[in-house]
Amino acid sequence: MAIAQKKQEATEARLAVAKIPDSKGWLKQARDTAMDRMRASGLPERRDEYWKYTRPDTLVRPSAPSAVVFDDPGDEPMFHAVDRLKIVFVDGVFDADASDDLSLEGVKIERLATASEADIHWAKDLYGVLEARGQTPVERPLAALNTGLATDGVLIRVSAKVSKPVNLIYHHKSETSDAILHHVIKLDEGADLTILENGPAAARFNKVMEVDVADGAAFHHVRTQGRDHERRAATHIFGRLGTESTFKSFTLTANGVLTRNECVLELTGDDAVAHVAGACVGDGDFHHDDTVFITHDAVNCESRQVFKKVLRNGATGVFQGKILVQPGAQKTDGYQISQSLLLDDDSQFLAKPELEIYADDVACSHGSTSGAIDEEGLFYLRARGVPRDIATDLMTLAFLAEAVEEIEDDVLRDEIVNRLEAWLARRRG
Amino acid sequence: MLEIKGLTVDLEEEEKTILKGVDLTVEAGKVHAIMGPNGAVKSSLSYVLAGRDGYEVTGGTAMLDGEDILEMEPEERAAEGLFLAFQYPVEIPGVGNMTFMRTALNAQRKARGEEEMSAKEFLQVVREKAKTLKIDADMLKRPVNVGFSGGEKKRNEILQMALLEPKMCILDETDSGLDVDAMKLVSEGVNALRDAGRGFLVITHYQRLLDHIKPDVVHIMSDGRIVKTGGPDLALEVEQNGYADILAEVA
Repeated sequence: MAIAQKKQEATEARLAVAKIPDSKGWLKQARDTAMDRMRASGLPERRDEYWKYTRPDTLVRPSAPSAVVFDDPGDEPMFHAVDRLKIVFVDGVFDADASDDLSLEGVKIERLATASEADIHWAKDLYGVLEARGQTPVERPLAALNTGLATDGVLIRVSAKVSKPVNLIYHHKSETSDAILHHVIKLDEGADLTILENGPAAARFNKVMEVDVADGAAFHHVRTQGRDHERRAATHIFGRLGTESTFKSFTLTANGVLTRNECVLELTGDDAVAHVAGACVGDGDFHHDDTVFITHDAVNCESRQVFKKVLRNGATGVFQGKILVQPGAQKTDGYQISQSLLLDDDSQFLAKPELEIYADDVACSHGSTSGAIDEEGLFYLRARGVPRDIATDLMTLAFLAEAVEEIEDDVLRDEIVNRLEAWLARRRG
Repeated sequence: MLEIKGLTVDLEEEEKTILKGVDLTVEAGKVHAIMGPNGAVKSSLSYVLAGRDGYEVTGGTAMLDGEDILEMEPEERAAEGLFLAFQYPVEIPGVGNMTFMRTALNAQRKARGEEEMSAKEFLQVVREKAKTLKIDADMLKRPVNVGFSGGEKKRNEILQMALLEPKMCILDETDSGLDVDAMKLVSEGVNALRDAGRGFLVITHYQRLLDHIKPDVVHIMSDGRIVKTGGPDLALEVEQNGYADILAEVA
């Protein structure tokens, strides 16, 4: 399909400065086909229907807009209370000294860069493969660009229940860094892994995570995206779920001038469960977009999308969520809720919930609301002696609770709640 | 304790006068009851005293222990010792009942310059008080008033009252939605809090609550005014003859 000239020009301008990483064998092939894919669609522009509510120009332009490095020495590192294996990237480059030893029972972790030296590698069947599957029916050119250009990332093969989470930590140290990371995670039958991610990563961050969850396996994911006010991020998760498998992902976003988180899941085995949740808190120059696409292609699967956004001082929230139920995906249980709490008249929430159903025995529901804080509840709290600002924070946390409660692990959930409380407390007069 | 003089109040949105000069003094250690027909704006009086938005005080004063509460924020009134037991306690999904009560108690303590209560101490206190009101652990764990029956909500109000130990308690139609057993339980909870330093203002349609919470003084309110004041017998008179006779008598 021919693409408009303007779009083509923007795409070529971006590629003109792109450093295509040296690679050979299967990885080179995967990169080349991804670049073809990306060229065919062109990079996103504002007129694209899928980018109607979020301007892609700063994510697409040749160089990253600069972003001040946020420095808050007073904070404990995220997830510090959790026994975890740390893998550290600084501005998108693996930092061996800051990372733990990558050996852990039940899991094999390799860097993308070294894996490409092998002629045969398990990741060959996944790298760029799940991403390519996720390009229909909607094109995701930034993800194809990532597959083509990713300079680093990890390949994680999980064969058992892993005793502690693997924590991908993304530090941002350069004001102009433009990081592209690509991770592939494969969970074998019955395996169980928790991935934690945190940090702003770079001035501009493009990240893809492909996750293949085999029959009976469980994948848990908890991420926070860093408090740097000026950072930009476009992230994609592509997941494929086998029979009786579980996929649960939660993201906390506080600050960041632009964030687009896409999650594309395919439920291909019967009785699979997929939950995707997000809580975001935005103040001022903040644009946050959750774009989710869940395809049910098996019987008796459950999916939940729970997204809550607290917006103030002109912040913008976007939700585009779709449940696609393929013919034959009977007994599908699909649920989708997206809600915003608008703390003033300047903030806005744009939501596009979609259901597309080709099976006749399914239960799917979706809801989307925008509202101010409940004055009745606020008065009740104040009448008991709780000052207005604390009462507002309590109600705000209560609003976010449904999303936060999607995190199964108590310690991780408490950590997220603590961060939210601190974010709110900092904004109290 | 609570001294209301010539209180006149408009509804902000409708430019309608609803309280037309209320005079009422509740002494420490006493229980006053306000009775009256529907539309006598008894509940509005309680909201005005608690500081709810939507009312404009156009005249008069309301003093709590010599402090003018009408100028204060709702939370300041609470810290001064004013407590309103709501007719319709509000459900707050996502906020745990225990968190709510501890936050409230400690906010009041902080406002009064007192030391905050530790989580451990609070737990002990709340368990003990909950037990006498037959409030189980599950009710304490659930979000504030969410999924509570009518009786449970009212018991939860009384539990908060027992925890916060206010000086002046206003009970707004606490009997509404209660069966006989629940009314007994709630009344026992209230009676346990009666002491020489605490005043009560009990707002009700019916005399039956006053069988359990025996008032010292009974006021009849109609059309935004206190039209008659008497002893406990006045409540019995209402029960036997209805409001019509009394209102005709004072008209």
